[in-house]
Amino acid sequence: MPQTFAEKILARKAQLPETVPGQIVEITPDVILSHDNTAPIFGLFQRMGGVKVFNPEMHAVILDHATPAPSTKHAENHRVIRDFVKEQGINNFFDIGKGICHQILVEEGLALPGEIILGSDSHTSHAGVMGAFAAGIGRTEMASIWAIGEIWLRVPESMKITVKNCLPVGVTSKDLALYIIGDRKSDGALYMSVEWHGEAVEALPLSQRATLTNLMAEMGAKNSYIPPDQRTLDYLQDRARREFTPVYPDEDAHYALELEYDAGTIEPMIACPHTVDNVKPLSAVKGISIDQAFLGTCTNGRLDDLAAAAEVLKGRKIAPGRRMIVIPASEAVYLAALQAGYLETFLKAGAVVESPGCGPCMGNHMGVPAVGEVSISTANRNFRGRMGTKESDVYLASPAVVAASAVAGEIQHPRDL
Amino acid sequence: MGKIRGRVWKYGDDVNTDVIFPGKYTYTVSDPSEMPQHALEDLDPKFAGEVKPQDVIVAGSNWGCGSSREQAVVCLSEAKVGAIIAKSFARIYYRNCLNNALPAIVCPEAVDVIQNGETIEIKLEEGKIISAAGEFSFPPLPAAVMEIFNAGGLIEYTKNRLKVED
Repeated sequence: MPQTFAEKILARKAQLPETVPGQIVEITPDVILSHDNTAPIFGLFQRMGGVKVFNPEMHAVILDHATPAPSTKHAENHRVIRDFVKEQGINNFFDIGKGICHQILVEEGLALPGEIILGSDSHTSHAGVMGAFAAGIGRTEMASIWAIGEIWLRVPESMKITVKNCLPVGVTSKDLALYIIGDRKSDGALYMSVEWHGEAVEALPLSQRATLTNLMAEMGAKNSYIPPDQRTLDYLQDRARREFTPVYPDEDAHYALELEYDAGTIEPMIACPHTVDNVKPLSAVKGISIDQAFLGTCTNGRLDDLAAAAEVLKGRKIAPGRRMIVIPASEAVYLAALQAGYLETFLKAGAVVESPGCGPCMGNHMGVPAVGEVSISTANRNFRGRMGTKESDVYLASPAVVAASAVAGEIQHPRDL
Repeated sequence: MGKIRGRVWKYGDDVNTDVIFPGKYTYTVSDPSEMPQHALEDLDPKFAGEVKPQDVIVAGSNWGCGSSREQAVVCLSEAKVGAIIAKSFARIYYRNCLNNALPAIVCPEAVDVIQNGETIEIKLEEGKIISAAGEFSFPPLPAAVMEIFNAGGLIEYTKNRLKVED
């Protein structure tokens, strides 16, 4: 029977001829990801009677959520993790400042086509940009994989999104993803495997494609997949940690839902408080005053995101009384942005540049808003209290729009500066 | 397991994990027994002080969307919440419920008519909900998952498996 990507890869890993949606399979993942939550997972692992992990080579442990440690408690948490990776012989450990876990998996050649990646982080879907089956799971089940090397997965229904034509100049994959989330709502792909097809997706660089797979978590997807093409294979040329075999869906596979969008009609979009699916065109929310602009995160903290913001900020200043925080998604992005002169542009504009990590995305530190303040951010979530303050508003937009809003002091289109 | 009987706390659609258990506590509150103090803090400030063992949360669609943080389940299972009935659950939240042996029941018809504050009864094995507005059925858990549930959660399940493999 013709199979979707999810049906095919889960069948291959479970050593079955085929699988159907709803079927429960037991598999051993290729890569398991944990971040600052590695310490509490270790606690659960010990409660299960675990002593040595099933296979240290499966692990990728990346400190990114609250780095460098903002409090003694966070510092103790990091120390437990450093001791843990040493004792267990886990080599894929990335300490503070190396970058955000999802970005690191891609940069380090750990996210590979045809492999299964499970992470105790809801944006693990990100790694599907490389053609992997990548899904977020909870802490207890992560601890259980550490112990026994296996987990049950339900074979998901699949959704095929085909995007025709090309995105207009100044419109990004962030706008496309927000448009679709606004259209389908936050449960629009609940429990589904979302596949991206069409010439608009093929035309995007990998960094922009990653914004699509990353944001499918906000539509409830289990995983999101972009078929590996020449760009993907070129990127992996000197990077892949091992040999891999890509998995592609069959032409005539059955999808629970097939959607088609015309990229040419997409305009800059904004997710308004307090849900990611409360999406409006930028033109409808222009002029709302902002206090803080944040450029970064696994969604939009890569080099081309920083380049788009730097282009807007070049020769301009952040509006008086406003502030802007820039956090490159990884050390490699930080270094490349430094060499390209973007960091100088940000500093001269009056922005603050901080070390790679998640930063204020989930309210840990590095830019928590005050009561009543409004933030505009390139992140992936704007839930009430997400950035640490319940009584504050968060708008989500593309990097260029965030930069333009910082300059204008209000939500603004770059071309109208 | 078996019979659950408690007061209903009813909420709407798309309740996310940031309001069930705020992100700012994820690395500062690590003792599970302290987590119920912050349960639903940004959604219903009365809940944490008034919830009683076996009370039932009844919610709309997509309960538990957002972050994968398991504290959003543990803060309720530690408060001895009897079950969550919803029109649908966010995927990771649903898995976390089963792994913590907190019954997560999908039953849209029941959600439509059950009233906030009423007392309802749930018979897990029989797949039945008994409310003032009548009786409702829900499908049983898949067998592979029931094994974890019957062990009392994934921690106990894995502990048993490690013992067998030794």
